[in-house]
Amino acid sequence: MFLSLFVISLVVAVLLAQVNKLTAKPIAAAKALKLENAIKEVVPEFDNNPVEEAYKMATPAGDSLLVYPAKKGDEVVGFAVNTYSNNGFSGNIQLMVGFDTGDKVVNYAVLSHAETPGLGSKMNAWFRDTAKPNQAVIGRNLSEGNLSVSKDGGQIDAITASTITSRAFLEAINKAYVVYKESDADSGATQQNNPEKKRKEERGGTHE
Amino acid sequence: MNNNLKVIVNGLIKENPTFVLLLGMCPTLATTSSAINGMSMGLATMFVLICSNAAISALKNFIPDMVRIPAFIVVIAAFVTVVEMVMNAYVPALAASLGIFIPLIVVNCIVLGRAEAFASKNNVLASSLDGFGIGLGFTLALTLLGAIRELLGTGKIFSLSIYPENFGSLIFVLAPGAFIVLGYLIAVFNKLQKK
Repeated sequence: MFLSLFVISLVVAVLLAQVNKLTAKPIAAAKALKLENAIKEVVPEFDNNPVEEAYKMATPAGDSLLVYPAKKGDEVVGFAVNTYSNNGFSGNIQLMVGFDTGDKVVNYAVLSHAETPGLGSKMNAWFRDTAKPNQAVIGRNLSEGNLSVSKDGGQIDAITASTITSRAFLEAINKAYVVYKESDADSGATQQNNPEKKRKEERGGTHE
Repeated sequence: MNNNLKVIVNGLIKENPTFVLLLGMCPTLATTSSAINGMSMGLATMFVLICSNAAISALKNFIPDMVRIPAFIVVIAAFVTVVEMVMNAYVPALAASLGIFIPLIVVNCIVLGRAEAFASKNNVLASSLDGFGIGLGFTLALTLLGAIRELLGTGKIFSLSIYPENFGSLIFVLAPGAFIVLGYLIAVFNKLQKK
């Protein structure tokens, strides 16, 4: 009785170890690809490897966010920030938000969320629609102040029937901006001395 | 041969796990928010069913009666873990949308039920065919349920637009819609079968 159960478990363990060996690489590759695509989507064109150069940056709230600097040649063209909010309608929302060097939101990607399908899940498209300037966050300049929904006196129209999701979404972006600002200040010291370089960068950004 | 066909048709219609046996309701209700999700859940379960049925019927003389349930669970869990790892490796988007319900196939009563009721009493061929039949019945039921919910909720089938999304009624994509559509499908299925 014990022997047969033992033999079955042993065979199963060996089998699973083999399958794990075979799939470990593709699983890691799929994860890396997803991250890479999210970064590519949200920052201006770059030619470095932001994943390798990623670093953690503390937020005023006490935790830290991962920052992926995007560089073309030696110039920083933008930052992708992996940010989150725990105040979604169904808990945690993970976003990748990209900024150019001029405080503007380039794009965002929703990495994971558990919001209601058909309502809160619309955030994937809603804040992207630049044809509707009252709801898009793309191109917003956050140096003019934090983003908030119009119900709270802000400038962004919340997703219909999903104000809580919208608030959490904007909270995550505001959080990312604070971190971005620090990162930009760190790398911006050299740019201040080199206005020529900076201008070129901005031109490059508008081609995107 | 005729007998083998009977085993498959049995799983498909007479003992359809979703519409007749009403087994495995948890993944049935939770993963069918779209046709593709329902279908992939069904296919994953079908793979586990075929493999576990075949393995258990091959091992049936080796497994003592007293430890058969733990032994079955270990075999089923092994195949489920294989499916989970393979899906994570090659179709990560699908694995993400099915989420926890892939590992939960282990405790799906269809799989354990077939192991206990069929595979432990029949030969390997018949057991694999039974796994195939039941799996197919489950897959078709989940695909149908998913397609109807997706159509009524978002106006699409397999992400193919049939009518504008704004005319869809969201309730069918959410949990209550799953119960409503499933209830009507069971009613229709019973009506058709009685004839």
